[in-house]
Amino acid sequence: MAPPLTAGLGLKPQHYDEALRCTAPGLWWEVHPENYLADGGPRLTWLEAIRARHPVALHGVSLSLAADAPPDAAHLKRLAALARRVDPALISEHLAWSTWRGQYLPDLLPFPRTQAALHRIAGNIARTQDVLQRPIAIENPTHYLHIDGHDWLETDFLAELVQRTGCALLLDVNNVYISANNLGFDAQAYLGAFPLHAVAEIHLAGHHADPVHGNALLIDSHDAPVAPAVWALYEQVIARTGPVPTLIERDDHLPPLGELLAERDQAHSALTAVQPEEAACS
Amino acid sequence: MQLSTFQDGFSAALLGHAAQAPWLSALESQPGFAVYRNTAIKGCVDALQANYPTVCQLVGEDWFRAAAAVYARAQPPVDGLLVNYGAGFADFLAGFAPAAELPYLSPVARLDRYWTECHLAGNATAIDRGWLVQQAPDTLPLVPLRPHPAARWSWCDEHPAYALWQSHREGLLPNEALEWTGDGALLTRPHAEVVWHPLPRAGVAFLDACAQGLPLEAAATRALEADPGTDFAALMGRLLDAGALIPTDSHTD
Repeated sequence: MAPPLTAGLGLKPQHYDEALRCTAPGLWWEVHPENYLADGGPRLTWLEAIRARHPVALHGVSLSLAADAPPDAAHLKRLAALARRVDPALISEHLAWSTWRGQYLPDLLPFPRTQAALHRIAGNIARTQDVLQRPIAIENPTHYLHIDGHDWLETDFLAELVQRTGCALLLDVNNVYISANNLGFDAQAYLGAFPLHAVAEIHLAGHHADPVHGNALLIDSHDAPVAPAVWALYEQVIARTGPVPTLIERDDHLPPLGELLAERDQAHSALTAVQPEEAACS
Repeated sequence: MQLSTFQDGFSAALLGHAAQAPWLSALESQPGFAVYRNTAIKGCVDALQANYPTVCQLVGEDWFRAAAAVYARAQPPVDGLLVNYGAGFADFLAGFAPAAELPYLSPVARLDRYWTECHLAGNATAIDRGWLVQQAPDTLPLVPLRPHPAARWSWCDEHPAYALWQSHREGLLPNEALEWTGDGALLTRPHAEVVWHPLPRAGVAFLDACAQGLPLEAAATRALEADPGTDFAALMGRLLDAGALIPTDSHTD
């Protein structure tokens, strides 16, 4: 039986060669599938070489599950082909939209959590899972705006998606911390209401304060080490869930891989220190 | 409000169109709206900078990112495959008034684009010199060869676009003795990575003919018409060594 995944890292092209040589126990790598939906060539070769040594997770950013339209059939087909090729340990996407009326807006955009949105998104997740023939994990978004017209709390909305579609959840603790700061809610209360039984993966990342508005507006920039306050929330979460595969994300201002591996080791140590819980979703 | 109504309004506001509805004005007036607006345009500009590194080197990062932002608003991505974004950037630069002083920029951009296309194209096994000698001499002239799916080639009449592009790609100092004449380029992926070679006008004519499905002899005739002084055997050897050709019945994926 394969050893359990502990802590992983986002894989960046700059680190391919070093990543191939890493031997840390429990290590896994996550990639955005959009960067590997090529017809052929070196990208797929790189990914397959990594996959031959470590588990790989696919973390999509452009399926646009919260758009008021079904996911693009051609994109889903290519994603399914990539999943067959690399047999990922996990596949995840965001509770957000990014493609609308034939145009891709490279961000993870918000929406009012209405009854109609719930119905549409549950349908889109079910469609995706049908094509991929496996459950996916849905990530809680980062919030920057107060939006009127929500019928649902986000935690209840996510629980309802799990209930309706059998999907899992990806809990991004940094997103919770930033959203709580930006919208003025209590991060611990949010996590207390979060359907932790469905969490299949956790994300950790760094953020920074907006250059104009300062700490009143935190940006989910993935360009810095994980903040101490986010580590503290993370340790509270895994004390309740038991070990859950955890990813350190860094997408900008990339340091040498050694620095990222040290951060990854911190998550690995935290995970190996907590006891598995009966309620944990592995 | 319908989800589609929200998304119509939000996406228009994100792209800078004036908000028409009070609910949209309420969102746009919050400091957080700029985060989405900045992230969306930064995603496009970052992708263009990654996909057009030679153009960026030639004009500098500030000029490049300003031009890329204009392009991104005019021709936003159609899907999330940003590694393939910007197919129209070379044509855009050709008509971009601030680039009028730099007429070689568009042909250089085309070579950056060809690098991306070559990098992402499907795999196929190229024929080599050994394949050629195994063919029966009487049928060889009638064999149609095809360009490899990753092969890209071009000719620029007015500017040494390939010489400029190649020297920047290889991190060489600009060649002061650069002769300002047209040149041609061939990009292929014989093993894992994209490689490039200069390509004479006859080679461009030959690959164009192969792409049209012409048999070998007719394609060779096109090459000799383009440049009667061509040593065709030498040209063919260079194309084979570069992995530029596959047999017509080749399987590609």
